[in-house]
Amino acid sequence: MAERNGPVLKLEGVRKSFNIGTPAETEVLHGIDLVLERGEFCALIGPSGSGKSTLLNIIGLLDRPTSGRLLIEGKDTQGLDDAAQTRLRGHSIGFVFQYHHLISAFSAAENVMMPLLLDRGFPNAAMRTRAEDLLSEVGLEKWKNNPASHMSGGQQQRVAIARALAMKPALILADEPTGNLDTKSADDVFAMMRRVNVEQGTTFLIVTHNMELAAQTDRIIEIVDGRLRESHGAA
Amino acid sequence: MSPFLPFEVIAAFRFLVEGRRQSLLTIIGAAVGVSVVIFMASLLAGVQANIFNRVLSTQAHIVISPPEEEALPVRKHEADLDIALVQKPAQRLRSIDQWQAIVANLRKRPNVTAVSPTVAGAAFAVLGDVANPVTLTGIEPAGFFRIIDLKEKIVSGTADLTPEGILVGTKLAADLGLTVGEKLRVRTNKSADSGGDQTFVVDGIFDLGNRDANERSTYVPLRAAQSLLGLSGGITTLSVNLDDPYTAETVAEDLRNSLDVNAESWIKTFEQVFTALRTQSTANYTIQFFVGVAVALGISSVLVVSVVQRSREIGILRAMGASRGRIRRVFLTQGATIGLVGSIAGSLLGIGFIVLWRLFARNPDGTEFFPITLQPMLFLRTGLIATMTGVLTALLPAQSAARLNPVDAIRG
Ligand SMILES: Nc1ncnc2c1ncn2[C@@H]1O[C@H](COP(=O)(O)OP(=O)(O)O)[C@@H](O)[C@H]1O
Ligand SMILES: [Mg+2]
Repeated sequence: MAERNGPVLKLEGVRKSFNIGTPAETEVLHGIDLVLERGEFCALIGPSGSGKSTLLNIIGLLDRPTSGRLLIEGKDTQGLDDAAQTRLRGHSIGFVFQYHHLISAFSAAENVMMPLLLDRGFPNAAMRTRAEDLLSEVGLEKWKNNPASHMSGGQQQRVAIARALAMKPALILADEPTGNLDTKSADDVFAMMRRVNVEQGTTFLIVTHNMELAAQTDRIIEIVDGRLRESHGAA
Repeated sequence: MSPFLPFEVIAAFRFLVEGRRQSLLTIIGAAVGVSVVIFMASLLAGVQANIFNRVLSTQAHIVISPPEEEALPVRKHEADLDIALVQKPAQRLRSIDQWQAIVANLRKRPNVTAVSPTVAGAAFAVLGDVANPVTLTGIEPAGFFRIIDLKEKIVSGTADLTPEGILVGTKLAADLGLTVGEKLRVRTNKSADSGGDQTFVVDGIFDLGNRDANERSTYVPLRAAQSLLGLSGGITTLSVNLDDPYTAETVAEDLRNSLDVNAESWIKTFEQVFTALRTQSTANYTIQFFVGVAVALGISSVLVVSVVQRSREIGILRAMGASRGRIRRVFLTQGATIGLVGSIAGSLLGIGFIVLWRLFARNPDGTEFFPITLQPMLFLRTGLIATMTGVLTALLPAQSAARLNPVDAIRG
C-alpha cells in the first residue's frame, strides 16, 4: 500500500481554519505546500502562534485540514475514517511532545512498548525485548523498570524518542522536544534524534525555537503567519 | 505485563492502581452497597422461610372437607321470589363420603407426599368442676405426624399416643393444672351412653407456638374421637401434603373440580400472610434498587473525574495508535473491575454481617430468632448485577474518553 520510494510526506495547498461558521472564524494555515523526502532531518521554526503545532497536528493525523491534500508515504489521507487514520498514524508516524510525554502508570520500558501493544492488542516477550533494546539505544537500559514519572525531564524525553521509534515509523514529528530541557539535556536529545536519523533513515520534522539546534539540521522550514518560507540548514 | 491480558485490561488495572485512593473509595462504596443488599436479602429470606416453616409445621398444605350442603331458597309464595331468603344451613358434623376411595385416589398422585384422615369436632375438657371448650381431633399418629410433626413440639411427655391417650397444649395444661400421666375427661354433646363421655390419660403436652392453638387443640386416637363425636367409621377432614407447597392452590383447585369435596390450600388460608410477605419483598427490592443507583452514581462520578484527569494521557495514547474502541474499553473495564471487586468484597462483608447477626441477634434464651442461610445464588446474582452496574455506569465516561479530540487533550 505505502510507496517505499516516494516522499514520506506531501502537503498540497493545506489550509486550516478554526471556529468555522462563528464570528471568531480564523484561518491559521493559508495553503501549505511541503514535501519531505525519506531520511530528511528538518527543523520547523517560526514565531509563537504562527501555526507550527497546528501544522504538525495535521501532518500527524491528529487534526484534519479544512482543505488541501495530505499524503503520507504516498497514501492520500482524505476520506479515511477515524479508525483508518489511527492505524496509519500508529504505523507511519511517531510523536515526541514537549510536555507530559509519558503515561505515568507504566514503567519506562512499558511506555516504549506502548505503540506495539496498541497495535497488537496483547503484550509479548518480543515487544519487551524491542523496548529494552530501544532504551539502551537512548542510554537508559538501567532505567527500564523505573516508573515513567520518576525520571528527569531529559530522561523522559529520551524515553519518548525510544517510544516514537518503536513502530519503526517513516516520520517522527517532534513539537518543541527540547523546549523544556536544560542546554545539556537538549543537546543530548537532539544528538540522539540525529543519530537515529543517520542510522535508520527516519525522517524528522522538529519544531524548535533554538536556532543553534535548527542550524544543525539539513533543512530549515520557516513558518510565518501561516505561510512557509524556506531556507537551507548548515549541513 | 501478562501476555494473557489485553491492553485494555492492563491499562484499566494500572489506572485504578495509580488512582488507588479514589479507586479504593469507590470499591468500598460498591462493597457496602453489595453487602447491604446481600444482608437484607438474606435476612428477608430467613424471615420468610421462618414464617413459612412455622405456618407449614402446624398446617397441612391442603385440607379436604365435605362439600358444603346446598342452601335451598325458602320459597313461600311465588310472589316472594325477589325477597327469597337464601341462608346457609348450619353445618352439622358430616363425614366425607367415600373417604377411603378419596384417600386411595390421592395416594396415587405423584406430587402428594402424605395423606392423613382426621375427625375433628367441638368438645369439653373436664377436670372437676371446670369444663374448657376444646377442638377434639382424632388422628392416626403415624400418618398425621408426617404432616404436622407434633413430636417436634412436645414439651413434656411423648407424642406416641396410647389407645386411651390424649395430647394437650401447654395453655390448656396450665389452665387445668394438668401434667403428663394425669387423667382428663372429655365430653361432647353425645350422651354418655352413646360414647359422648370418655376419660383419657395425658400422654404429652405440646407447644404449637400459638396461644390459641395451645388452649384449644387436643389430639386423641382416631377411633376414640369417632365415637366421641358420633361419626364411627367417618372422618371430617383429610390433611394432604405435597412435594411443593407452593403448588397447593392449583392442586386444591383440581381436587375441588374432580372429587366433589371442599379443598382449601394453605395459600388461601394464609392469604393475608402471603400479601404481607409480598409487600415486604417489594419494599426490599425498592431499597435494593436505590442502593444500586447510589453505587452507580458513585462509580460514574469517579470515572468522569478520572477521564478529565487523564485526558492528556488519553490524547497521547490516541496519538500512538490507540483506537477509540480501545480507549472506551479501558474505562468500561475500570467500571467492571470496580463492580466485580466491590461485589467480592461486599459478599465477604455481607457474610460478616450475617455471622455477626447470628452471634448477637438472639432470643433471651440464646436461641436464634430464625435461621439465616447463605444462598449461593444470591451472591452470584448480586455480583453479576454489581459488575453490570459498573459497566453500565462506565458507559458515559468511557464514551466521553473515546470522543476526546487528541489535539485538545494533548494541548489541554
Ligand atoms: N483549537 C483551536 N481553536 C482556535 N484557535 C486555535 C486552535 N489551535 C490553535 N489556534 C490558533 O492558531 C494559531 C496557531 O497556533 P499554534 O499552531 O499552536 O502556533 P505555534 O505552535 O506556532 O505557537 C494561534 O493563533 C492559535 O491561537
Ligand atoms: Mg506550538
